[in-house]
Amino acid sequence: MLKVTYVWEWPVRITHWVNVISIVVLSVTGYYIGDPFITVQSTDQYVMGWMRAIHFAFAYAFSLSILVRLIWAIFGNEYAKFKAFFPWASKEGWKHIVGTFCYYTFLKKELPHAVGHNALAGMAYSGVFVLFMVQVVTGFALYGQFAPGSGWDNVFGSLLVTFGAQGMRLTHHVVMWLLIGFSIHHVYSGWLMDIKEKNGTLGSIFGGYKFVEREDN
Amino acid sequence: MKDLKAPTPVSIPEETLRKAEARGVSRRDFIKFCTATTATLALPMTLVPKVAQAVEDNRVPVIWVEYQSCSGDSEAFLRSNQPTAGDIILDFISLEYSEVVMAAAGHLAEEAKHAAMKKYAGKYVLVVEGSIPTGDGGVYCTTGGISAVDSCKELVKNAAATICVGSCSSFGGIPAAAPNPTGAVSVMDLVPGAPIINLPGCPVNAQNFTATVVHFLTFGSLPATDRLGRPKFGYGKRIHDNCERRGHFDAGQYAEAFGDAAHRDGHCLYKLGCKGPETFHNCPTVRYNEGVSWPVMSGHGCIGCSEPQFWDTMTPFYRRLPKVPGFGVEASVDKIGLGLAAATAVAFGAHGVMSAVRGGDKSDKD
Ligand code: HEM
Ligand code: SF4
Repeated sequence: MLKVTYVWEWPVRITHWVNVISIVVLSVTGYYIGDPFITVQSTDQYVMGWMRAIHFAFAYAFSLSILVRLIWAIFGNEYAKFKAFFPWASKEGWKHIVGTFCYYTFLKKELPHAVGHNALAGMAYSGVFVLFMVQVVTGFALYGQFAPGSGWDNVFGSLLVTFGAQGMRLTHHVVMWLLIGFSIHHVYSGWLMDIKEKNGTLGSIFGGYKFVEREDN
Repeated sequence: MKDLKAPTPVSIPEETLRKAEARGVSRRDFIKFCTATTATLALPMTLVPKVAQAVEDNRVPVIWVEYQSCSGDSEAFLRSNQPTAGDIILDFISLEYSEVVMAAAGHLAEEAKHAAMKKYAGKYVLVVEGSIPTGDGGVYCTTGGISAVDSCKELVKNAAATICVGSCSSFGGIPAAAPNPTGAVSVMDLVPGAPIINLPGCPVNAQNFTATVVHFLTFGSLPATDRLGRPKFGYGKRIHDNCERRGHFDAGQYAEAFGDAAHRDGHCLYKLGCKGPETFHNCPTVRYNEGVSWPVMSGHGCIGCSEPQFWDTMTPFYRRLPKVPGFGVEASVDKIGLGLAAATAVAFGAHGVMSAVRGGDKSDKD
């Protein structure tokens, strides 16, 4: 018997899709900033100007979305809470980690049951969250350079001294590639779980509902 | 109503101009010097008379020492083919000791330095050029048997203020580049907490040095500085934000190789590794050699010479980003990243095939 369960509440879904769009836009515009692959003929164009403006606009959207999601990790349902991202904090969680790992590496055929994130996914997301924060911090530190002694430079500028401006830029650039790598894995795993768990994982991030076996609840 | 657009009349007292003339500086050169220096310091023009008076009245004793340096800063300051800021300020300070220009040599010179330090203790301005090697007890740089470490510490402690000219005394510069065999350090690392101002650059811009001295003469203090101890008037803006090629950057017009059409048309040097976007200096506005030119104007990207550890952090000079630690020189971050993305895709693709062909998953049965 399948039961329809409301797993992803609307703040989770909205921030998820804001993140997706932001990461795509930030990666394309960011790549252009790092390696301007379009060269124009006339000075009355504004290609780099727009790329940077769009990068900064989506940078704010992305940061805001992260902030909202963080707050929701306090107020949201059990699948949205911080606990879901740190399964190693409990014994039950450890069983899930080992079980899921064995499933992924073809050591076992049985997948531990999970309604929200499976244990490994939860851990991956806490790692990705760290990468998000790195992007936001290095990004705003670099952004502050245009106006030393004010605004964002006051917040993150000292990091430019500690790690060096070029080190921050390189980090910002490398993390983009790590996030692209994550996205490939993320879409694949979502698809795999959709098929293997037959619970509508892929659909759930649009509508919020998953199909969960009744006896599991 | 007062006409706000009307210029405020500013005049330097006749007497001050006469005194300058008596020193062999024409009144035209003197007025130019005072206005240009006031402008460099970003002070209002109404302060020109105050600056002129201060320059004229205070003959501040200056001791200029060199440690691990190439004398490039002395050269930048002294060599010129017309009366410049550098020449004029030399007429108004009392240069007690300078390895490059003094006539005395050997023990006589060392004695003169020591005498000046004693006589003007707490009053003189110390100028340091070059980094200080601390390795192996300071043996790598000694003058008259005294190590740079001991000499520098003593001079800084007795000075009213210390001005570090060039990147080596400010941040360690080239001698401190990895692997830093002599253990070279900057003055502020050697004597923390002393009143020190850093004027990095390779070499220092004579205009900024002069302005710093004039600020000290006028106000009795060093100008306001940023996190790295650099005066805000000279290092408060990013090169990239004042660059004459910025229009081309924003448009999307880049030189791809030295000598190509875009390079000849003066397009932005970003893709040739210009470090203007991470370097703070007033090069685009003040320029070098009496305002003749500066690197980007002459067609070469900025190498970030006035930033800390530029030899390590700003290289490769002809690439936008540093190389990724642990990978070869030829591997750009994008090649590595693309490899990573491709490897991820292949790995999960294979995983997908495996997952599809294996039967009997528990979840498949129900
Ligand atoms: C998923 C998130 C993001 C990705 C993938 C991303 C990607 C990139 C990339 C690849 C670059 C080029 C770096 C280079 O090679 O020089 C860049 C530049 C930059 N990014 Fe981001 N970025 C992200 C988020 C942010 C955020 C949140 C900010 C905050 C303001 C930001 C601000 C900047 C700035 C200031 C630059 C340098 C622009 C310039 O100097 O013209 N980025 N970004
Ligand atoms: S030449 Fe350098 S400093 Fe000038 S706009 Fe281009 S990148 Fe910026």
